[in-house]
Amino acid sequence: MALLDVQDLKTYFHTEYGLVKAADGVSFHINQGEIVGLVGESGCGKSVSILSVMQLITSPPGEKAGGKVIFEGKDLLKYQPNGPEMRALRGSKITMIFQEPMTSLNPVLTIERQLTETLELHLDMDKAAARERAIELLKMVGVPDAAKRIDDYPHMFSGGMRQRVMIAMAISCNPMIIFADEPTTAVDVTTQAQLLELMKDLVTRLDTSLVIVTHNLGVVARYAQRIYVMYAGRIIESGPAESIFAQPKHPYTIGLLNSVPKLGERHGERKLIPIYGLPPNLINMPPTCAFLPRCTAKIGRCAKEPWPELRSVGKDHYISCYVDIKGK
Amino acid sequence: MKTSTNDMIMEVKNLKMYFPITRGLLRRKIGDVRAVDDISFEIRKHETLGLVGESGCGKTTTGRCILRLYQPTDGSIIFTGVDISKVPERKIIEHRRDMGVIFQDPFGSLNPRQSAGSIVGDPLKVHRMATGKALKDRVTELFKIVGLDPSMMDRVPHEFSGGQRQRIGIARALACNPSLIVCDEPISALDVSIQAQIINLLEELQQKLGLTYLFIAHDLAVVQHISDRVAVMYLGRIMELTDSSELYENPLHPYTKALLSAIPIPDPVAERTRMRIVLKGEVPSPVNPPPGCHFHPRCSLAIAECSQMRPPLRDVGNGHYVACIRV
Amino acid sequence: MAEKPKVSIGSVDAMGATAAPPRTSEWRRFARIFFGRKLYLIGFIIVAIIVLTAIFAQVIAPYDPIENDLDHRLQPPSADHWLGTDQLGRDMLSRIIYGAQISLLIGFSAVFASAIIGALMGLAAAHYGGWVFTVIMRLTDVLMSLPSIILMMLIAGMLKGGGIWIVVFALGFGSIPGMARMMCGQALSVKQNDYIMAARAVGMSNWRIMLTQIFPNAFPPLIVGLTMGIGGVVMGEAGLSFLGIGVQAPTPSWGNMVMDGQRFLMTNPLLSLIPGVAIMLLVFGFNMVGDGIRDAIDPRLRGVL
Repeated sequence: MALLDVQDLKTYFHTEYGLVKAADGVSFHINQGEIVGLVGESGCGKSVSILSVMQLITSPPGEKAGGKVIFEGKDLLKYQPNGPEMRALRGSKITMIFQEPMTSLNPVLTIERQLTETLELHLDMDKAAARERAIELLKMVGVPDAAKRIDDYPHMFSGGMRQRVMIAMAISCNPMIIFADEPTTAVDVTTQAQLLELMKDLVTRLDTSLVIVTHNLGVVARYAQRIYVMYAGRIIESGPAESIFAQPKHPYTIGLLNSVPKLGERHGERKLIPIYGLPPNLINMPPTCAFLPRCTAKIGRCAKEPWPELRSVGKDHYISCYVDIKGK
Repeated sequence: MKTSTNDMIMEVKNLKMYFPITRGLLRRKIGDVRAVDDISFEIRKHETLGLVGESGCGKTTTGRCILRLYQPTDGSIIFTGVDISKVPERKIIEHRRDMGVIFQDPFGSLNPRQSAGSIVGDPLKVHRMATGKALKDRVTELFKIVGLDPSMMDRVPHEFSGGQRQRIGIARALACNPSLIVCDEPISALDVSIQAQIINLLEELQQKLGLTYLFIAHDLAVVQHISDRVAVMYLGRIMELTDSSELYENPLHPYTKALLSAIPIPDPVAERTRMRIVLKGEVPSPVNPPPGCHFHPRCSLAIAECSQMRPPLRDVGNGHYVACIRV
Repeated sequence: MAEKPKVSIGSVDAMGATAAPPRTSEWRRFARIFFGRKLYLIGFIIVAIIVLTAIFAQVIAPYDPIENDLDHRLQPPSADHWLGTDQLGRDMLSRIIYGAQISLLIGFSAVFASAIIGALMGLAAAHYGGWVFTVIMRLTDVLMSLPSIILMMLIAGMLKGGGIWIVVFALGFGSIPGMARMMCGQALSVKQNDYIMAARAVGMSNWRIMLTQIFPNAFPPLIVGLTMGIGGVVMGEAGLSFLGIGVQAPTPSWGNMVMDGQRFLMTNPLLSLIPGVAIMLLVFGFNMVGDGIRDAIDPRLRGVL
């Protein structure tokens, strides 16, 4: 049984220029203690999907247009976005880490205040106990001099340290699932390595599930056990990390892997193969496959029939494509 | 692999760029940000020299010094036989014609209220290289060279996609037929699927037009792909400088090793067996850098001497330079 | 022009060139945005009516606005006098029509003059920095720390109030520091952009950067401030009139009409209410037009609107 099961999630935005189907039938699941990667380029709907699960989409312009999010036997989408049930879950059983720690931490509150707030709220701790626990959390995420630095304000921390504080907040109530939305996009590679190793250690220790949302293929290859690839509001390929990278089956995934330079390739050894054209404009999309205009493998069926459903192409490996591609 | 001075297009010697920190009404100087701290390197004709490092390492500042957008604190920059670091401000325009620059942010680097054609034509007007019909023809040609439809010339930048805007920036950089182009993180603001288009374009342009690039980026995989040689910077200094494949196969400096191991590669099977070096702590402030080798507080090989003297960037054979006494 | 061989890079053309979709003319695009929103359109109609009224005052006014008719004082609206008469028997409608002339003249010229001087000061401060910046900004601080009404009284008083141009000067002078600060702030933020760095890298001179890069980007956000300023000046003139140093009787301005009428507020509220409503409409109209222009010339809205 999956810990969290998202079925046919639809989130639409009503804009001045037309309807944007930011998530259009997204299904994924997360198992206990698993690290899952949700990959895609900007605007593919990966962030919208997890924000929809958390019911953090502002409405209007956003709209819950359908689907189910099953967690502990209940459908979370049935709850009011700001109702008591959702608030009890957010920040305790399901938590989030955002891309930009400077804007997601409140600049006028001390680190202590921000950490203890959730502890007092969700775990009913008193002030002294919460402070104790907060210091312990900061030590866990590797903030040096935690007992002193807890009284500092966010701007006194470096970007990497702020992200550690965010991680401390995310694990403070022993969550079952952590959603990390581009957690390391704003930091340097060596800091990224520090943070990701830390997160991996923590989720293993706490037996928590982690969903890494990112555009970086290397990050998911290194850390995720299962991967979902998104394009234009849909999941177009999913499967175990090994098979996705060794035998990608969807033309978009293949294109993405061929277009990034790989470390260690000699200069001039391989010419990159770009994906032609531009990412789609999500306003008033046609019913056919959104990757069709950029696809080099398309067949006659693609232009006539609607966007294909996911189909199995190997063990736990699914693609949303009519074409069978042999090899890599 | 000794090269004669004839093969060199630029020689940077002991470049220093300190930004003063001032305080109070009288702007009293209280310290320096040592963005670039005494570096030397040369750029060979028709090569791509990659400059890689994390934010705050001074790579962008180095690029801007070379373009004389900043007046260097000290050192010399010899470009086509002239030390442009000493040329007075009003004369520098003559040398800027031979240098182009491509910026990181395709949104911020184009004037939103100017048409694409006028942006690309600006260098030609400034250097009085073309007017009227000749100007329009050259701009049309430049649009074609970078793969843009010349009929879009009258549009403003916001009507273009990110990748197309970067092409406008490239066309502007090419306008005066420069010999050297400084590419300052030209692809890091673009979508993954667009990055390869721009990298390929830059490579093709280099081949066809015989350009020389100084390619500044934080993504070592990209830098390694496009560069002939790579210089790794840390806290204002060059730590290692060598051929790009040599850098991957035989990295010598402990920082380079850590940097390489920190970059995840899109291959889960290979990832499982890769060595991972997770650095301790954070990059110190360039206002108050550590004495001796700037990297020693985070270095696993550091010994007492590392904190006492600055290790020189020395040749360990085959043009492989490294600034570490433990190698 | 250097003789470079013509290069054509086939693959580049194939992957990068996107066919240009049809494009509407500049003016049509402006009109579509400007007239596309109801509020902007209403604002434009109000402003147009007021401006036309002012221009053709002599033609459309039914009576002489300053001719007393003591037999018909303080009359309510009637067929002869659509908006009634004031305490001296003058036709209110005619006074409103002629008042539009005076009020608009004062509003436009005061704002225009202060905008030019303020913008130049602001640009200079942002451009030169250093002590120029300090001097200009401290000067505006001093001017802004004086309550504007006192400043205006000082000027109007010193110049022995009365003439329209003295009122313009007093009102315009008060708007300079605000304008200079806005311009300086805008120019400084525009200066941070990479395209300024790019222009320097291209070899542009400082003056050229100022004129072609900074000014066109720093000015448009101020248009809203300018149009709102017109409303503000018309109200400021009302304030000066109240103190007896505004436009002098019998010449009608909307400001002095409000002030004249306030003695009869209890008995004949229309005397103040009518010019008051006129001022309100003018302020609203100009604010909407300002917002509309700003949106319509914003290149960032191209492609989406």
